[in-house]
Amino acid sequence: MGRLFAVEIVYRGIFQKNLARNISRAIVLAAHHEGKPGISFGRYGDSPERNGIPAKSFAIVATDDVTLEEGMAKYEPKEVDITIVVDDTLCKGVESWAWYGLQPINRLTKPGGTLIVTSHENSETLISMAHRKETPYQLAIVKGTPSFSGLWVYKDDHSDVRILGTMAKVLPELFSLASVQQVIRAEWNDELKATSALRAYERATTVTVQPTQGNPEKPFEFQMPKWTEMREGIAIPAIPRGHQMKDPNTGEMGGYQPERNPTFKKFTTRTMRPVVDFDTCIKCTLCWLQCPDSVFDVTPDGLYDANMEACCGCGVCEAVCPVSNCITMVNETQFADNDSQWRMWKEDKEGYKGWLKEKIANRPERSHGFRFRGQYAEQVPDMLKIAREG
Amino acid sequence: MTEALATPPQKQLAADKTSLITGSEAIAVACKLADVDVITAYPIRPYDTVMQYVAKLVSNGELDCEYIVAESEHSQFEIVKHASAVGARVFCGSSGVGWMYAFEALTVTPALRIPMVAMVGNRALDDPGAFGVEHNDALAVRDLGWQLVWVDSAQEALDTALIAYRVAEDRRIFLPCAISCDGAFLTHSQALVKVPSQEKVKAFLPRYDRGDLLLHPDNPITVAPQVNEDWLMEIRRQTAAAMDRSPAVIREAYADFERIFGRSYGNPFFEEYQTEDADVVLVGMGTLSNPVRVAIRQMRQEGKKVGFVRVRWFRPFAAEELAATLGRFKAVGVIDRDFSLGSPYRSGVLATEVRAAMYPAPNRPPIVGFICGLGGREVTVPAVREMTESVYLAAEGTTQPGTKWIGLRE
Ligand code: SF4
Ligand code: SF4
Repeated sequence: MGRLFAVEIVYRGIFQKNLARNISRAIVLAAHHEGKPGISFGRYGDSPERNGIPAKSFAIVATDDVTLEEGMAKYEPKEVDITIVVDDTLCKGVESWAWYGLQPINRLTKPGGTLIVTSHENSETLISMAHRKETPYQLAIVKGTPSFSGLWVYKDDHSDVRILGTMAKVLPELFSLASVQQVIRAEWNDELKATSALRAYERATTVTVQPTQGNPEKPFEFQMPKWTEMREGIAIPAIPRGHQMKDPNTGEMGGYQPERNPTFKKFTTRTMRPVVDFDTCIKCTLCWLQCPDSVFDVTPDGLYDANMEACCGCGVCEAVCPVSNCITMVNETQFADNDSQWRMWKEDKEGYKGWLKEKIANRPERSHGFRFRGQYAEQVPDMLKIAREG
Repeated sequence: MTEALATPPQKQLAADKTSLITGSEAIAVACKLADVDVITAYPIRPYDTVMQYVAKLVSNGELDCEYIVAESEHSQFEIVKHASAVGARVFCGSSGVGWMYAFEALTVTPALRIPMVAMVGNRALDDPGAFGVEHNDALAVRDLGWQLVWVDSAQEALDTALIAYRVAEDRRIFLPCAISCDGAFLTHSQALVKVPSQEKVKAFLPRYDRGDLLLHPDNPITVAPQVNEDWLMEIRRQTAAAMDRSPAVIREAYADFERIFGRSYGNPFFEEYQTEDADVVLVGMGTLSNPVRVAIRQMRQEGKKVGFVRVRWFRPFAAEELAATLGRFKAVGVIDRDFSLGSPYRSGVLATEVRAAMYPAPNRPPIVGFICGLGGREVTVPAVREMTESVYLAAEGTTQPGTKWIGLRE
């Protein structure tokens, strides 16, 4: 048996589909350039994709055909040499749209394997976002804004080749920088992209993540039932009715909190989350009515609290709120938990004001592709700076 | 469920009434007796005769049900599927390409464990447009979890419809059941039928209780969520298990039917005619039984010991039992009023299934397949004799083609 290499690319469904596919294809082509056979595929179970939902592509490469066949005999690799994360907010975990429960981003990463993340954040922030792993692994950061290169729009910001260049550095046995540059020239006919790969190769560094580091939370696990244990007729329990909420100060009951799907939370779809200024809210109900996922809990005092277990971060509430700066979308990397903002506000209004201010001030823009016109143009100077200075 | 059937002896129940009705009318009468809640319809010949009789019963005030004429067969089957999910006893049906147009709805019905009872007025599939009988329409769902039964008289149509409700709605089963009635021969000809009293039917047929699968605000469930490969095999296995339980429930139902109605069908799965001493037998489904029986009587006068096995339940298929029976003869001829192009030995569907059933049997007589009576062409007595000749040749060791087309202009 020769050596088998497996790489997964974790991406945001639809928004980054082409980006993931391009990286996956280029990996196989670069390895092929060195005589190694390989395959590239999207995880079929993630399809049909939804906007922003975590999804995966894989590239499997081997030193020979027989070894490759061994790797292909598994529908999906059980462990990978490299996990590529093209959106840093995915470090919080991956929940596919079917019932799986949340999977840590590093779940498939081999002991000693590498997590390559596109991010503006530093390693401490990213490490704390990812779940703890029993064995040490490496973290490499490709500095930059997570790219929006989706099904319909391709933003050619060189995220793809910068990741490929980084790979040549961290796993040279898979392919060399020269091979990947060859493929870039053949596929894209763009010398500038080949240079970007080189820069990434030169700048790539890794830090070791120890088992003591990271989010200690045990992710939700779901036991698959036997066929005799499942209810017949493809029937599952419906989500029960909701209930009242308790005011943390007075203990008064009121409002309405809907019950939500306990097995599919979908917050890993989120790259931004709404923060609400309860002091300026005029209780107009619009956010509650318009949220496509019924995320808002109605509080006993008639306010609307976006429940972060359920919010997919679409930004509709921000768009419909008639009070300026009452709802603001903030980059998901800025938050460590899914706690209730209303509760925080109830318990300490002044403290909340400060928290809100700090979150809004520090809200690196996210690529969603539909937030406002000119969004990409605004990102160009920043990307150029990174290109020049690293 | 059987405890609910501890009923007073039959003589205390009101007597049967004899009516001159068609097979379709017999099914409509069964709907009335079963007190069906929701019936949907969309016209296509020959099934549309049932619609007419149902409409008559409704307008005469004899049948109190929601009678919905949908805008297509697909909607027709979808509507009853949903009605059944909320606890209604339902009836539906179609013919030929109408049944095929409902195919998507037909495929989801078994998986959702909907005990729909449907009538298929068997009709050739278009093109060419032809009204006559072929069995390919009903057989198209044979792999999907539908229970399929063929009848050959109006009386059997009525009785089998009642039995179909009893079996389909049994909590151990909850699978749909289609009753196949040959177009024209059964759907359009009137015969004397003993119509049982409502009392007897009440004693035989418990009310439909959907239990934990009832779609109702008091039983909050979600039905048919999207799933992926982690779930589908388990779901299919459940449907398979229900189908596997079906033979025992069918047997129970026929036994109770005999007890309450005083009419016996013997072995529910297939009927044997003059097989005790037979050297060779023919096997078939539906109304071709009539000319086959006449031909057998003729041939027996000439000293030829021929028998006939009429298959009633095609799904579930009584493979072991049928194989044991057919193993007794020197050769077997299977008459298909359907085709399965490109199938093993280029046979019809029934012949292919019979061969598969025979394979593990200790005695495997030669099997000759016949394709006959397509598009409603008459299966004549001489045609039956011709087929029998061929089966005799096979019995004597003269190799016969796997399949012969009979009654074809050549
Ligand atoms: S961003 Fe706002 S509208 Fe969108 S899911 Fe979250 S709470 Fe609802
Ligand atoms: S839309 Fe804005 S003002 Fe209206 S209820 Fe929601 S947060 Fe308050």
